[in-house]
Amino acid sequence: MSYLLSTIVFLPLVGAVLVLGVPGDRARKGVALGTTVLTFLVSLLLLVNWQDTPEMQFVERIAWLPDLGVDYYLGVDGISLWLVLLTTFLMPIAVGYSVLYVRENVGIYMALMLLMQTAITGVFLALDLVLFYVFWEFSLIPMYFLIGKWGSERRVYAALKFFLFTLAGSALMLVAILVLYFQAGTTDILALAERGLPNPVAQLAFVAFALGFAVKVPLFPLHTWLPDAHVQAPTAGSIILAGVLLKMGTYGFVRIALPLFPEAARGYAALISILALMGILYGALVALAQEDFKALVAYSSIAHLGFVMLGIFALTEQGIGGAVLQMVNHGLSTGALFLLVGLLYERRHTRQLRAFGGLWKSVPLYCFFLLVVAMSSVGLPGLNGFVGEFTILLGTYARWPLFAFLGTAGIILAAWYLLTAFRKVAQGPLTDPRNAAGVLPDLRRSEVALLVPLVVMFFLIGLFPNLFLDRITPSVAALQARWDDVQTVSVLQVER
Amino acid sequence: MNLSFLYENIHVLLPEAILFLGALAVVGADLLRPKDGDGRGLGALALLTVVAGLVGTAYIWGRPPATYLGGASLDGFALGVRVVVLTAAFFAVLLSMGYAPRITWQTGEYYALLLLATAGMSLLGATTELALLFVALETFSLALYVLTGIYRRNPRSAEASLKYFLLGGFASGFFVYGAALLYGAGGTTDLALLGQRLAAGEANTSLLWAGMALLLVGFGFKLSLVPFHMWTPDVYQGAPTPITAFMSVGTKTAALAGFIRVLGTALPAQQATWGWALAVLAVLTMTVGNLAALRQMSLKRMLAYSSIAHAGYILVALVPGTAQGTAAALFYLFAYGLMNIGAFAVVVALERTAENDVDQGGFRGMATLYPALAAAMAVFMFSLAGIPPLAGFFGKFLVFKAAVEGGWTWLAVLGVLNSAISAYYYLRITVAIYFDQAQAVPARNAWAGLNLGIALAALGTVLVGIYPSLWIALFQGLGG
Repeated sequence: MSYLLSTIVFLPLVGAVLVLGVPGDRARKGVALGTTVLTFLVSLLLLVNWQDTPEMQFVERIAWLPDLGVDYYLGVDGISLWLVLLTTFLMPIAVGYSVLYVRENVGIYMALMLLMQTAITGVFLALDLVLFYVFWEFSLIPMYFLIGKWGSERRVYAALKFFLFTLAGSALMLVAILVLYFQAGTTDILALAERGLPNPVAQLAFVAFALGFAVKVPLFPLHTWLPDAHVQAPTAGSIILAGVLLKMGTYGFVRIALPLFPEAARGYAALISILALMGILYGALVALAQEDFKALVAYSSIAHLGFVMLGIFALTEQGIGGAVLQMVNHGLSTGALFLLVGLLYERRHTRQLRAFGGLWKSVPLYCFFLLVVAMSSVGLPGLNGFVGEFTILLGTYARWPLFAFLGTAGIILAAWYLLTAFRKVAQGPLTDPRNAAGVLPDLRRSEVALLVPLVVMFFLIGLFPNLFLDRITPSVAALQARWDDVQTVSVLQVER
Repeated sequence: MNLSFLYENIHVLLPEAILFLGALAVVGADLLRPKDGDGRGLGALALLTVVAGLVGTAYIWGRPPATYLGGASLDGFALGVRVVVLTAAFFAVLLSMGYAPRITWQTGEYYALLLLATAGMSLLGATTELALLFVALETFSLALYVLTGIYRRNPRSAEASLKYFLLGGFASGFFVYGAALLYGAGGTTDLALLGQRLAAGEANTSLLWAGMALLLVGFGFKLSLVPFHMWTPDVYQGAPTPITAFMSVGTKTAALAGFIRVLGTALPAQQATWGWALAVLAVLTMTVGNLAALRQMSLKRMLAYSSIAHAGYILVALVPGTAQGTAAALFYLFAYGLMNIGAFAVVVALERTAENDVDQGGFRGMATLYPALAAAMAVFMFSLAGIPPLAGFFGKFLVFKAAVEGGWTWLAVLGVLNSAISAYYYLRITVAIYFDQAQAVPARNAWAGLNLGIALAALGTVLVGIYPSLWIALFQGLGG
């Protein structure tokens, strides 16, 4: 048994302890950045030793609560692989941004960021429901403090709302876990998936899990915590929140809700897909109306996650595979967008779109990156967003042609609001003297260094999507095969 | 006359004997101490006694079951109760060491009463007989009435003492009346024999139901279940804070132990009836406790209502009447002991002695001045809210698991929803500590015992949460 996965999960925790131990802000920043970079390098070993199989790899299993039969049980497959790597990839960028711009209570801030990483990778790797729940709930604590302590004006309200919304959403999940444990005698996710559960229990348990995951995603109409949390969070917090934290919800659907309750998932597929569509359209329309750049990005997240949900609940191989890839794409694109908004805010201390205009003349490098990132988020062919959205829509079309058609409207809207934002920021006349060349500094070398890896990934995924999809597909195909032998007992009578 | 039966199996009550002797030793030492001394030695003596009590518990651990005089028995459950009660007493003495001399010159009486209360509580876990159960109940209750009022210069303390005494006496009345009726129904005060007779249907049913109802009310008062909880906030607020900390855990554990003995040994055949009664009480207790806690400004009152809510969670474990439920309740009490006493210890550290309380404003911006104290308080608050991986989470996990396994899933659902509500008032404390601007934070009280107590409680809360196996295994074996 190798301890690679445990190393990935707990290296940041060790780093967090070290950060609190060393004196001086420079040393603390160095330790934090070093830890995240090291963790990323270690996580690359996953790719090096990867086998093309739908099975779990690098499995670790140690008795944790032997009296209850609950294990410390980690494993990674094609579904979780890229999410883990996304986390370890985005973390050095988020921490790197913080190294440049965080000045207050650096030690605790960095320790919280690292704790956050442990919690998130733990969620993506846990194969036991209790362990999953422990990491899931624990992730609330560091983010709560990050928003509440280092956020903007309404940070306390946003932090409380974030914490209580997600806590209330996942409360019933605990009961569902206990019911599953009582019914099947185990909390092992893989064993539960194989065993299957009697119907009334499965239906109710699906609803309980789905509620917890849907709040996190967030699925319309449970999204109201998201704009507050994203807008108020410090930039690095927003990067992590949008980049990976939301994926805990969509990942939960793919890892737990679908394989454990395939019948119930099929029964609710239409309802959830409709909600996802409403999220796509609602998120896009509200984003169109935003004056605050960060709020615009926040609402665009609701729309993009709607796409992911649509793909998952198409319950086809392409739909789910595309959704997994799109989770990664959204993490990269939206992470980059929040990063760019943050950089602008640090320079001008406002995020209002009308405060800008004509920036292409004064800060061309910044505008270049903004354009590339916007294009990636919009889904321009050749960049990453296109591949994910296209695959999702293909998968959705196979089940619900109408939904695929409506979903496409979301892509058009996305192009509209993002290009509008770009126009307001970069184009037009340069009227405000505070935005003039020489007054407004362009990107520094260290800032470019944070953006370049992201852009490289855009192109890598966009041009060579099979590099990524090939590793996702075997696991997704195994998952999708579950619906071949399931009798349709549909709530909404959806036929294939 | 052969009196050897008096010595037979006397080891059954070894920990209680140690505590009683320790209490006497404290009183004796108090007589000898110089007039101008601050009684620090007495605290050390009390601490030594509690530790000796724990050692005594360990000494009789694993011995074959035995009974002493037919009234007290040596079994896993009795040992488990002692672990929780003595742990609570250990922390209470640590918190009292710098505190008692400030509020009273009668430090000898203070520690002696504390030890006597501990002895009564720990005896309650071992009793298998109604009359002795009452004696144990009164032993710790009387000691606590006095301790509540021992801060004589503080009018709230005196008021709390009187209120506690009157309502507690009332509750004892209910209890005795119920016990008498049960005796009338079954013709014995021995719980096991009573259980056999009641199960065989030989008993007078109307006496049985009336007795059960009265016992429920009596225990309801002691456990501060809604609607018998009215005294709790006033008494918790008025009592000296280390005593409140001790009461919140010790009284609950002891009363619950007696409750479990009566229900599990004498009335298992009636589970279908009392199960429902407990379920209704549990829902009321959780909900009213949490909703009332939302509105409190005084931290001690908030913790009082929170303790009411926690009594409700624990009650959930008892509803199915299973061994798992009992074990879950014991684990919960242990976890609750660490985090709740820890929270009160932070109150002790921040309160001005004259006020004997802290309101939420008193925590504002505390993190900048006392980072370690703030971190400990955050740990206690998150643990009380049931966030993993802290001790409180696994307490709730086991309690709700027992409910689901007993077929009471809806009760577990109401439990977790309540737990989600409760997060709000615990989080509000962390908001005050970390997010609010620093005000004039009071100079903190500090003495070695207090610092040690807070550190141990915080460490315990984290460790029991990360690796609960040890304690789950410990209490699992003791449920039966």
